[in-house]
Amino acid sequence: MAEAAAPLLELRAVTKVYGAGEAAVHALRGIDLKIERGEFVAILGTSGCGKSTAMNILGALDVPTSGHFYIEGVAVEALHADVLAALRNRRIGFIFQGFNLLRRTSALDNVELPLIYAGVPRRERRRRALEAIAAVGLGGREGARPSQLSGGQQQRVAVARALVTRPEVILADEPTGNLDSRTSREIMDLLAELHRAGQTIVMVTHDHDIAAYAPRHVTFRDGQVIADGPRPAPPAEAPAGAPPQEAHA
Amino acid sequence: MKLRDTISVALTALARNKMRSLLTTLGVVIGVAAVIMMQALGMGATDRVTGEIAGMGSNMLIVTPGGAHRQPFGGSLLSAPLFEERDLVAIKDECAAVRYAAATNTRSVNAVYGEKSRSTSLFGVTPEWFEIREWGAAKGRILDEEDEQQAGKRCVIGESVRRDLFGDQDPIGADLRVHDLSCEVIGVLSEKGTSTFGSDQDDLVILPYSTFSRRIAGSDAIGIMQISARSEDRIDEAKEQIEALLRQRRHVLAGEDDDFSVRDMRELQKVMGTVTGVLTTLLASVAAISLLVGGIGIMNIMLVSVTERTREIGIRMAVGARSGDILQQFLIEAITLAASGGVIGILLGLAGAAGLAQAFDLPLRVPLAGTGVAFAFAVAVGVVFGVFPARKAAHLRPIDALRFE
Ligand SMILES: Nc1ncnc2c1ncn2[C@@H]1O[C@H](COP(=O)(O)OP(=O)(O)OP(=O)(O)O)[C@@H](O)[C@H]1O
Ligand SMILES: [Mg+2]
Repeated sequence: MAEAAAPLLELRAVTKVYGAGEAAVHALRGIDLKIERGEFVAILGTSGCGKSTAMNILGALDVPTSGHFYIEGVAVEALHADVLAALRNRRIGFIFQGFNLLRRTSALDNVELPLIYAGVPRRERRRRALEAIAAVGLGGREGARPSQLSGGQQQRVAVARALVTRPEVILADEPTGNLDSRTSREIMDLLAELHRAGQTIVMVTHDHDIAAYAPRHVTFRDGQVIADGPRPAPPAEAPAGAPPQEAHA
Repeated sequence: MKLRDTISVALTALARNKMRSLLTTLGVVIGVAAVIMMQALGMGATDRVTGEIAGMGSNMLIVTPGGAHRQPFGGSLLSAPLFEERDLVAIKDECAAVRYAAATNTRSVNAVYGEKSRSTSLFGVTPEWFEIREWGAAKGRILDEEDEQQAGKRCVIGESVRRDLFGDQDPIGADLRVHDLSCEVIGVLSEKGTSTFGSDQDDLVILPYSTFSRRIAGSDAIGIMQISARSEDRIDEAKEQIEALLRQRRHVLAGEDDDFSVRDMRELQKVMGTVTGVLTTLLASVAAISLLVGGIGIMNIMLVSVTERTREIGIRMAVGARSGDILQQFLIEAITLAASGGVIGILLGLAGAAGLAQAFDLPLRVPLAGTGVAFAFAVAVGVVFGVFPARKAAHLRPIDALRFE
């Protein structure tokens, strides 16, 4: 097993190639990245530089073409598909750019979904789902279907679904990509609050105002990490909701 | 994940897409109902036909001139010599397994009473014919030995002839003209109705055989003998005895083919059974095609919804569903759909079969095997077409399922 010092998540020399031959797209060209417990990391970069590709690998939704992905020092590629499913279910909460909620299914049922696959009894499932919905400020709307909710509300449902299993890490791929700036700040305040409570969060964004919520910034370009360090000092006209500065651990 | 949860997930998914679920089932419902109805119809018709043949006298044998290799109940009567009255007497006297033997002849004629006339079948029969056919008079009496001996100018008529020519009048004692012969009506036969083949069994006038021979046919040779065995299990015995006797009387040499044939009703039943069996198979095949079309309908709807379902599968896997969970869910969904479609189809099919039986005046038969096969096929179709796409999706990487379009 892994020694105690192993990071929560680690990518080592990860590459990802889509397609083959002349049409091959090298989305990742050797990424090294360590995420420790309790960190809040923002991954930045221009469109098409491989951010989502990296997130999908971190979320055990996709596999690298070469290189390794470790969770607490355990190589993920060696794991059985069912173990990966359990990993996604219990240790990772994924928030998608496009929400990815089940249509024609109430907010409550959407949030309960991971708990069903975790084998949580019905009663407790309901209780925890209601709790998570209340935590994202959607109390009273649990019966609504995605189509009856605004974009911001749908993203809250997605956040609640990611939270409900109390995962070790939340992976958010452009959680505010489809939202206006006010709603974006509400979602980010929510994530910042979770982080203060000790939650590990990795978030993709190409918006520096949004990234400012995260103490550590990793910048991608053309499938490679070109910068990794504490967030730069905020400009004078920092967004009103921005959290106070804190040193990167 | 617990099975109970999987079942509730599957049922919830079905309830969520009521219209799609309904449309998916509809093909199966119609297909299964059609198979059952068509089979029930075919089996009912078979039953009725064989029942009717049995009703003609299940112990009955028919003896005709001409070899057995000729067409059944037809062939040329001319190429082989006809029978004589002595043959009939000999059969009655010498064949122990024979109970009754009658000579029959027939011709179509115009029957005239007063102003009214009707074309009908004129029969000449010896009295035992009534015993063989188990047919009695509803009014008056049937022909007896005395009528036969005297070659009496008397006749018995069928109900249809009575209705047409006599209406409200009492036919007994009236003079009926058939083929320039005037004869007295002495009885009306009980009504038998229409046969499955569509012929009116009550459309006939019956004369004593002797009268028919002399006045109508102009010869007393016998074309057809109708014989009844003493009991159903002595039919074969009777047949053998008759064959042996006739071979001897007609001087058929050993090794030569018979120049006559003795057939029993079982043969006719078998022929008719084959005919209706073919009919049943045909109907059932057409219905099976509709079941197949129903299956294709399921496939179509599954294919249309597969994008949506694949994304759903992607979402479920992204939050921790194992491919086994997914397969189980879709299997339960498919079985629920197909089986409930099958059950509804069976109920509709049985109701439809009862309706058809009523409409065509057939006995109601439930095709058990056919129902089972149709149901099993429906479930199989549902499972194959429902689970196949799900199986494919469940083996995708979650990200590919999420991206599927
Ligand atoms: N399934 C795929 N098949 C082929 N190429 C792909 C696929 N997914 C991504 N790519 C390509 O890989 C590269 C990286 O894509 P990725 O989605 O990781 O970018 P991104 O940094 O998330 O961009 P954005 O900010 O626009 O979301 C792009 O050039 C993209 O076209
Ligand atoms: Mg992206």
